[in-house]
Amino acid sequence: MMNKQEALREITAVLEETGKLAGPVTMETSILHDLSLDSVGAIDFIMLLETRLDTIVSMDRMAEIETIGDLVRVLTSETTTRT
Amino acid sequence: MLTKFRALRAEHAAVSAAGQDPFGVAFDAVLSATEAVLRGRSILLLGTNNYLGLTFDRDCIDDAVAATVAQGTGTTGSRIANGTYTGHVALEQRLARFLGRRSAMIFTTGYQANLGTLSALTSRGDHLLLDADSHASIYDGAKLASAQVTRFRHNDPDDLRRRLRLLSSQPGEKLIVTEGIYSMLGDTAPLREIAEVKREAGAWLLVDEAHSLGVLGANGRGLAEAEGVERDVDFVVGTFSKSLGAIGGFCASDLEGFDALRLSARAYMFTASLPPSIIASVLRAIDVMEDSPQLRGDLKRNSRRLHAGLADAGFALGAMPGPIVSLPMPNRETAVLFWNGLLDEGVYTNLALGPATPGGRPLLRMSVSAALTPAQIGIAVAAAAKVGRALGLVDPAMAGVAGLEEPA
Repeated sequence: MMNKQEALREITAVLEETGKLAGPVTMETSILHDLSLDSVGAIDFIMLLETRLDTIVSMDRMAEIETIGDLVRVLTSETTTRT
Repeated sequence: MLTKFRALRAEHAAVSAAGQDPFGVAFDAVLSATEAVLRGRSILLLGTNNYLGLTFDRDCIDDAVAATVAQGTGTTGSRIANGTYTGHVALEQRLARFLGRRSAMIFTTGYQANLGTLSALTSRGDHLLLDADSHASIYDGAKLASAQVTRFRHNDPDDLRRRLRLLSSQPGEKLIVTEGIYSMLGDTAPLREIAEVKREAGAWLLVDEAHSLGVLGANGRGLAEAEGVERDVDFVVGTFSKSLGAIGGFCASDLEGFDALRLSARAYMFTASLPPSIIASVLRAIDVMEDSPQLRGDLKRNSRRLHAGLADAGFALGAMPGPIVSLPMPNRETAVLFWNGLLDEGVYTNLALGPATPGGRPLLRMSVSAALTPAQIGIAVAAAAKVGRALGLVDPAMAGVAGLEEPA
């Protein structure tokens, strides 16, 4: 299973690749307010992460995600489906 | 209670400030499938999903009137609590025969067809796999379902395959949901590839043919017919409110025991059934659709004519020619100005704003009708070109490049 540091590194990499990395990303970073992503952009961002990590974040888990820390928690949880 | 809508109301006010309220257009009168009166002015209708132009079909109207006189204005209740009319059963049988399916169930709206079907078909432990650009009724049906919901990239069978592979070790049924024609851009699903993925994974497939029924396929049965994969589609959902010119929805299937949905789909059980007038007009509209394949030809010709006209005027267009023609707008402000400009020129279209649009991008959406005349399409193209030029939306270098040839 992926640890938190790895998850944060992957998230940062996707943000960088998509030009959304405006500054340091922490567990407290709000996806909608601090990353200039609207709700549609946030879903696209999570879908990119799903492909990169070969995983699935189900829609009910997406509802839990507000901050990068929430996203890290979902990606590193045992219930997240991955290879 | 309503303070949470403050931002929404401010946004709505901003959109309406540029002219008319795009989401509150109230026609003085609707005169035909293609004409209405708005604030005393004649308006060309280019945003009604009235693909075959059947809303004013004389036979459909006569049958609806006769049914009202004979059976009354409404059923005043649901099928399970207040009884079924012979017309309900006749329409279900007629629809099943048209679609070549063992059975069909009708719902009071297309929205309810998705709500009822998706939530009843899947249970806890099952998996719903939705195309990311699915209609709100599919998302809402998925919300009501207790299954785990995942969305795959729009029209991407490889992403669907990847997700099904990840879910393969998990128990539960897997139901894939796609649409025949997507309502915002008018693009079609790669249904043959999706059907292949479905077979590989041993999943189920539901196709919402709301915008493709009566439009695609040699007999108008939709995208699955056009792509030759009807046998792979386990559930067909659709609506009576577009090609069939009325209101209502359905789900059809070949599966034995499908009728169990009548006792489990809450959107079927706990709502009033369709009134006799609608049942009668839809029954007749299916006859008209079947007996008049030239309507699909007219629609196709009109779609190509509008598409070619707009391309010739210098607009960048999204999907291939089809019954939905959408112009991507650079931003919300321009989209609102364009929509108002077209209305000022006497052409009613649809303003589509995020998040309901693909990628949240604003769109100026038009839907074509078989009933449009070449002259009306010419008026629409001229209006779009005039307003588009004023707003800097057309590329002068592209104008005339597409060539306005006579469509086949």
